[in-house]
Amino acid sequence: MTIPAEYMLILSAVLFFIGVFGFFTRRNLVSLLICTELMLNAVDINFAVFNAYCHPDRLEGYIFSLFGIGVAAAETAVAIAIIINVYRNVHSIHIKRLKNLKH
Amino acid sequence: MNYIQFFAMRPEVSLLCIYLVIFVYDLISTGHLRRMFHPLVCISTLLLTFLTLTDTSTFTLFGGMYESNAAIVFMKAILAFGTFLTVLQANRWLRSANTSYKQGEFYVLLLSTLVGMYFMLSARHFLLLFIGIELASLPMACLVAFDKYRHNSAEAGIKYILSSMFASALMLYGISFLYGTTGTLYFGDMSALITGQPIEIFALVMFFTGIGFKISLVPFHMWTADSYQGAPTTVTAYLSVISKGAAVFTLFIVLLKVFLPMTSEWQMIIYITTIASITLANLMAMKQQFIKRFMAFSSISQAGYIMLAVIGGSTDGMTAMIYYVLVYMVANMAIFAIIESIEWQIRRAVKRDTLNGFYESNPKLTLIMTLALFSLAGIPPFAGFFSKFFVFMSAFGAGFKVLVFIALINTVISLYYYLLIVKAMYIKSAEQKLPAIKSSRYTLVSLAICIAGIILLGICSSVYGTIGNLGNL
Repeated sequence: MTIPAEYMLILSAVLFFIGVFGFFTRRNLVSLLICTELMLNAVDINFAVFNAYCHPDRLEGYIFSLFGIGVAAAETAVAIAIIINVYRNVHSIHIKRLKNLKH
Repeated sequence: MNYIQFFAMRPEVSLLCIYLVIFVYDLISTGHLRRMFHPLVCISTLLLTFLTLTDTSTFTLFGGMYESNAAIVFMKAILAFGTFLTVLQANRWLRSANTSYKQGEFYVLLLSTLVGMYFMLSARHFLLLFIGIELASLPMACLVAFDKYRHNSAEAGIKYILSSMFASALMLYGISFLYGTTGTLYFGDMSALITGQPIEIFALVMFFTGIGFKISLVPFHMWTADSYQGAPTTVTAYLSVISKGAAVFTLFIVLLKVFLPMTSEWQMIIYITTIASITLANLMAMKQQFIKRFMAFSSISQAGYIMLAVIGGSTDGMTAMIYYVLVYMVANMAIFAIIESIEWQIRRAVKRDTLNGFYESNPKLTLIMTLALFSLAGIPPFAGFFSKFFVFMSAFGAGFKVLVFIALINTVISLYYYLLIVKAMYIKSAEQKLPAIKSSRYTLVSLAICIAGIILLGICSSVYGTIGNLGNL
């Protein structure tokens, strides 16, 4: 017995919107990064599911997922580097401390 | 597989060759060779502009993943020329103590973003488009956070990278649904299979949001002011012109190539975002004290004007869009070059009050700044007037009369805040006068090019005609 595609899509939608919700409510830079990672992973699931269930004759969706994972890793590396730089300058990674530019 | 295909992508291949030369030169150069580094990069980016323009034929490669034609080549050449202006202006900042050891990194990161933008324009497959967009925005985040020891730069960098990641996740989510309904990622095939069902409208909105972040249209503009203000001034110039221009071109291409069956839907989205961008950005710009922050809001409203050219989706619209970006580029680059020079001299952020009495100490720079501001505001003899006129004309021709009317009212409002700066420079007297600003030779060259552009692009009607003759996408 196979799992219906809807279940997988609901899983990815829930993951995605947990990410969106977290992005707007969390107050820590690393948590924000994790939330965007959640969103990107939800997208990868989506591509894999559509490929496996709707268009199994070609592999475009899987390939897209692979590239998505690779690019997400690169993004995380850059973001972490900048977060470390923020920590060195501000001695905190809390969003509350990042208000220098407004004034 | 036919490897000759790679060499048919002449702009990308020549850009990559220049990239590699600069990368190796950075490793091996010392002493006298090191001093030649900056001129070398200037010459090679200028050379790149011409190399890009050499092949204007229409062809597709890799089974339709890559497409090139005259219009796209011209857009790429504009981006390359903007990069040339940016490199010219970067000279003095790159030689300062905190950045001189990473001079090579700056060029390499700058050129990687340019490769990404080239692929954004030529991609006819969503995978290539996605990689292009990421290649354009990741090194950009590094550039924004380039001043390692400055608090503001790190803060701007983190704001830029997180919003850009968020935006690309939204965009990918949209693309995944398009893939689910059509089963292909090629633009051409997808356009034939799109029917405009609700899930595809959802995908369109998500995609528009992702690109809207890059263009910084109003509901998605939150990062703009902070990132522009905190980034090094040269990078701000690059971000506000080249990065934005590439995103606008890409949006136009994708809307026409993929979402053509859903024209009425995306026209409605653009209608709303354009009004919001122009109006809100104008109102916010009046309140800004810091010039770079002010320029950020000015660039948001300019993005709104560019969207007027996109909304019709016609060939006229494309001509007006390319012309607008070109004119906007020279005007904005001139202003940022002057801001950079002033900041370099006084060692702090430039406020509007800082410019009080600028005319008495620096009459020539004041004149250039005034011309550039007039061009941005759209005052007749300068190029900005004609670019605004063509943009309005294309939107009017497409039947958006109310939209053009609202944009016209906003032009008058924008005149007010551009003239506030002119007033500060000429009329207000300063308690503490600015010293006479010395620009570097490279900056002077870039200012001369910009001023020539502001005046000549408007007067020589042949420029618009040339762009118009490039043909369709």
